[in-house]
Amino acid sequence: MSLAREGDRRALARLLSSIENGETVLETKIDPSDEWKILALTGPPGVGKSCLLDRLLHVWTGKGMRIGVLAVDPSSPRSGGALLGDRVRMTVVDHPEKKDYVYVRSVATRKSSGSVPSVVQEMAACLLMTGWDRVIIETVGAGQSEVRCAAVADRIVLIEGPARGDGVQAEKAGLLELADAILVNKSDLPGAERHANELRESLQLGNGTPPEVQLVSALKGDGIDEAATLLMGLRQTSRAERARWRERILSHHERQILNHSEFNTILTNLEEGLIGFDEAYTKLRDANE
Amino acid sequence: MDKPLRIVIAKPGLDGHDRGAKVVARALRDAGHEVIYTGLRRTPAQIIETVRDEDAILLGLSSLSGAHGHLFPRICETLRENNMGDVIVFGGGIIPEDDRQALFEAGVKAIFGPGTSTEEMVAFIETAVERNDAGVGSDTDWHWTGLS
Repeated sequence: MSLAREGDRRALARLLSSIENGETVLETKIDPSDEWKILALTGPPGVGKSCLLDRLLHVWTGKGMRIGVLAVDPSSPRSGGALLGDRVRMTVVDHPEKKDYVYVRSVATRKSSGSVPSVVQEMAACLLMTGWDRVIIETVGAGQSEVRCAAVADRIVLIEGPARGDGVQAEKAGLLELADAILVNKSDLPGAERHANELRESLQLGNGTPPEVQLVSALKGDGIDEAATLLMGLRQTSRAERARWRERILSHHERQILNHSEFNTILTNLEEGLIGFDEAYTKLRDANE
Repeated sequence: MDKPLRIVIAKPGLDGHDRGAKVVARALRDAGHEVIYTGLRRTPAQIIETVRDEDAILLGLSSLSGAHGHLFPRICETLRENNMGDVIVFGGGIIPEDDRQALFEAGVKAIFGPGTSTEEMVAFIETAVERNDAGVGSDTDWHWTGLS
């Protein structure tokens, strides 16, 4: 930890692995302050989360902010392996002046369900303890009901794109209700403006102050400076406090079960019909109490 | 395997043919490992920074341009200079038989040409991580000679 704090990136990378593998456990605390420390960027696959994040990182690091990035990609439910490709989009890590201000780490979901594994919370805490000012979590491409990122992040930014369905889609419940801001990417394509308007109309109907909806184009660079400023100053919209706590409890519970020393044995026994579901679940649950 | 191995698959140099690198990345993924793909046209320094930041223990280099004789040893050397001698380096692509000994001497532990089975690559990786002399910084002359 002390080496990582002094700027030894290899020591930091190793420390993060050891947290990810459950060999080091960090205490995490939830910081209720006005300024966020951990922000989740989420949204459907292919809307441009990685490219947009790269653009934003260029702006933030250019202002001297030190940003840690945890980019999550899915693990194969069959082999457990993963192809982690978010880094391909990151040009900021090659920029001679900016690369020292950014640390990008690819993370696989491993056994977790949801768009962010709960261990990411500890990994983010580790980055904050080792001298990184803010942490951005880029989630797996996430669907309408993927709200697990609320468990690990102080703020949630939803990335949308044009041609994402008609006005009814914007009325649907789920992730949209938890977002603290929404960026509609690919504003260079037709339909982006209309989609942004539909989202704004829908959000006006909710309680409290509706979140900002901004148009951006990661491809052309339009609206990036404005988005970078908006995100950095993002306040808690507190529309989601109850949902956050619910996700935190669920996420913690899932982690407890996944970390059970006999989890794999119990799965194999179930697969081979040696034990029933009730027995398996009781075993996993009781050992945690 | 209890925890997946973290492997960087990189394309150094200027050639734009990444089919092979992607097939390898996919095979290692299907064998249960976590593969970080760098994309095309990376410099040795960029590749090493990726290995460092991603805490990868294995680095696979793919080259089809004929520049392997320059790039692979340079990457091995830079790893050693940066105190990353435990990283295991392997290569693939179009690498003539005559060029291979020099690469092994530079620290590359396996060369996989066209037609290599994915089983063989997985076997190499699993063998190499079990040995304590497979890192690019180790002095021994062990290298992979195929499935026995």
